[in-house]
Amino acid sequence: MSDAAHAHGHDDHGHHAHPTGMMRWLTTTNHKDIGTLYLWFALIMLFSAGTMALLIRAELFQPGLQLVHPDFFNQLTTMHGLIMIFGAIMPAFTGFANWQVPLMIGAPDMAFPRMNNWSFWLLPVAGLMLFSSFLLPGGAVAGGWTMYPPLFIQGGISYDLTILAVHIMGLSSIMGSINIITTILNMRAPGLTLMKMPLFVWTWLITAYLLIATMPVLAGSVTMLLTDRNFGTHFFNAAGGGDPVMFQHIFWFFGHPEVYILILPAFGIVSQIIPTFARKPLFGYASMVYATASIAILSFIVWAHHMFAVGLPAAAQLFFMFSTMLIAVPTGVKVFNWVATMWKGSMTFETPMLFAIAFVCLFTIGGFSGLVLAIAPVDIQLQDTYYVVAHFHYVLVSGALFSIFGGIYFWLPKWTGHMYDETLGKWHFWLSVIGMNILFFPMHFLGLAGMPRRIPDYALQFTEFNQIATVGAFIFGFSQLIFLVVVLKAIKGGARAADRVWEGAEGLEWTVPSPAPYHTFETAPVLK
Amino acid sequence: MKSMWQRAGTMGAAWAAWAVSRPALAEYAVNLQPPASRVAQDVFQLHNLIMLVVLGIFVVVFGTMFYSLLKHRKSLGHQAANFHENTTVEIIWTVIPFIILMGMAYPAAKVVIDMKDTSNPDMTVKITGYQWKWGYDYLNDGISFYSSLATPRDQIEGAAAKDEHYLLEVDEPMVVPIGKRVRLLITANDVIHSWWMPAFGVKQDAIPGFIRDTWFKADKIGTYRGQCAELCGKDHGFMPIVVNVVSEEDYKAWVAKKKGAASTAAADNGKAFDVAELVARGEKVFSANCAACHQANGMGLPGTFPALNGSKVATGPLAGHLQVVLNGRPGTAMAAFGKQLSDADIAAVVTYERNAWNNKMGDAAQPADVAAARGAATEAAAPAAQ
Repeated sequence: MSDAAHAHGHDDHGHHAHPTGMMRWLTTTNHKDIGTLYLWFALIMLFSAGTMALLIRAELFQPGLQLVHPDFFNQLTTMHGLIMIFGAIMPAFTGFANWQVPLMIGAPDMAFPRMNNWSFWLLPVAGLMLFSSFLLPGGAVAGGWTMYPPLFIQGGISYDLTILAVHIMGLSSIMGSINIITTILNMRAPGLTLMKMPLFVWTWLITAYLLIATMPVLAGSVTMLLTDRNFGTHFFNAAGGGDPVMFQHIFWFFGHPEVYILILPAFGIVSQIIPTFARKPLFGYASMVYATASIAILSFIVWAHHMFAVGLPAAAQLFFMFSTMLIAVPTGVKVFNWVATMWKGSMTFETPMLFAIAFVCLFTIGGFSGLVLAIAPVDIQLQDTYYVVAHFHYVLVSGALFSIFGGIYFWLPKWTGHMYDETLGKWHFWLSVIGMNILFFPMHFLGLAGMPRRIPDYALQFTEFNQIATVGAFIFGFSQLIFLVVVLKAIKGGARAADRVWEGAEGLEWTVPSPAPYHTFETAPVLK
Repeated sequence: MKSMWQRAGTMGAAWAAWAVSRPALAEYAVNLQPPASRVAQDVFQLHNLIMLVVLGIFVVVFGTMFYSLLKHRKSLGHQAANFHENTTVEIIWTVIPFIILMGMAYPAAKVVIDMKDTSNPDMTVKITGYQWKWGYDYLNDGISFYSSLATPRDQIEGAAAKDEHYLLEVDEPMVVPIGKRVRLLITANDVIHSWWMPAFGVKQDAIPGFIRDTWFKADKIGTYRGQCAELCGKDHGFMPIVVNVVSEEDYKAWVAKKKGAASTAAADNGKAFDVAELVARGEKVFSANCAACHQANGMGLPGTFPALNGSKVATGPLAGHLQVVLNGRPGTAMAAFGKQLSDADIAAVVTYERNAWNNKMGDAAQPADVAAARGAATEAAAPAAQ
């Protein structure tokens, strides 16, 4: 089977008249091109929203207002959140899905290549709408990425623009998910049964279902905001018979599964990396699949734990507290399985493995703070404080983002045909992991001591930990430039990568040449 | 090159000297604030318990992982084993966490039920969140007042040294007697706020159009400080909460003093003032209620908050100006101040706005005009309601 792929690898550019330059990228229907587009888009968004984060941290270096006006500060926190979630993390994972799902299941491309092109090219439109809102009268949205009314009803024209941008990004996600589900269910190589699929494919299959289930809910909730703002409806206005808290219920019915949309693909990537560098099969494959599915199902019945402070009745508080605590069980199973995979392996510590190990350890810290926050009475003390900021950054930075870094280092040789610079990769890893902890760990203490989140200025007793966090932010932020250098260097040249890049690598993607030719698996491989 | 390093060294030393010499503000708190109520005490202990369990699990799991990272490496010649499942082990590490969680859930549930029990209060206070201040109505004692940030603007902007309770000080603190069960009815006037007093273990969102209740019983005399905990717009970071817990006698004295102040204010509503008196009083009302958005110089913030200097409202007919201040502009951040301010204060602030900056209107609103405008609004609303 790999012979067929090889034979096509060298002359595949010959038999279609490919547009070149910009038109190649605008009109491409190739899953590898589209994967590349998604990943570059995500990287640009990461740097933009990261710059906003550095501005936020610079303002918070000292008490008092130094750099930005409070209203602009709120614009920065809101846009940082929206862009990191919808512009950086989600598109990065979709980029991985585009590159890797067909390669890992032995399919020639995605099921709907033209829709694939469309779902990517919607994103820059939405991104442009978000960024341009900074230039509108009144500035960008400042009501928080959670868009709670009635505050969100008060804003100017950029609020409507943001709602439309969210609609467009949701559309892109739904189309991407339809594509991924159809590809996985219909285009697997003969013999690749569901329970033989690589775990990355499994996690994306489940993630795509979560997206299809929840994105319409988000679209509905922001549409209600739009009509409340412009057409005189009163969904969220008590004076007209509505209820502001209803928005929170609808939003978090989307919002909590969204949390798992941001982390399940990360579980998948880490589950590919750890067995490779432990040179040992993944421990508990079946229980990993079941744990992922249970987390996804549970994610639909925990949403109100984001709302313990709105004054839910005791019965609701108890239900959502217990259901949330239950999520710790399947999550624990995953962590135990990763540790058991490493146990008695023959480990080496290339950069992808370093990021995967940091993921397991630091994501678990985020999981533990999540368990603390699940306890309703404790959450009532910590809700809307820096403790929550620390919690979700441990999950999303050392969780989602670190898995993305690990995945890029892991598959970059396959994509570019060149090994990345291992020394620079290790510098990037160590500076990131140290900077990230200096940045986010003190925030736990700030939250416990009583510092609310989303404030541009703070009381004097919070000064020291804020200064430490800001120092960490600049270490973490600037060390990402190393990552950019590593990626650019690997694209330009470097040691040639073997087909099976890593000694312990298993799976179909390692049977095609490096770099993976433009068309792969035009004849399906057969698994025994 | 060398001089650059020397300079960096000098700067570093200066910074270190400054950091060491800072006053004893640096309380490196690494846990929740000291509790001053039973609920806060329960939450404190619950958090400590969970942290102990979590730390234990962390040490066991990652102790195992780091042992493996040290011993099971290829560079030491360790050969990979080939096991990849073990049903017994997998069942054990599903069941044990479940049991640990049940052990945590039981004490947590007891605290939830206690926190939600607002029955049999000794007194009830209604708290209303506004952009950006708090209003307190003592339903048993008939006292009402507003509580705004007391930190001067120049401290925030770095023009003056910051005092000890920077951003955590208010003009009118809430006062409660020690050892009394205080029921709080919490709501908001404009957007969602959240009333949070860490030392009492109370955080309740203030939701416009709805009243939610909670309670506390403070068991230590002292001054306690908190902040609004729900993003509520531009000055979300500048609406602190201060509660003074006092003895029963001190509380009674405070109630008497507040009632005296209220009757003086009521008497003002019946008086007529000259323009200079109104402008002087209005400037104070303006800086406490209006300057956050419209700015002290009356120029607002372009695109977000309109300027009053030269505005059509402030230089137009007096009746229209009064209507905007009394009833607000629904759907915007402009609140209806009719319910928040007395006739005399509204008359003063409207007169100030009409005569300050370049608005040299020369006219004045009297408390009687405000009362008349309120009456007109009620009459206009009455037929619509039928």
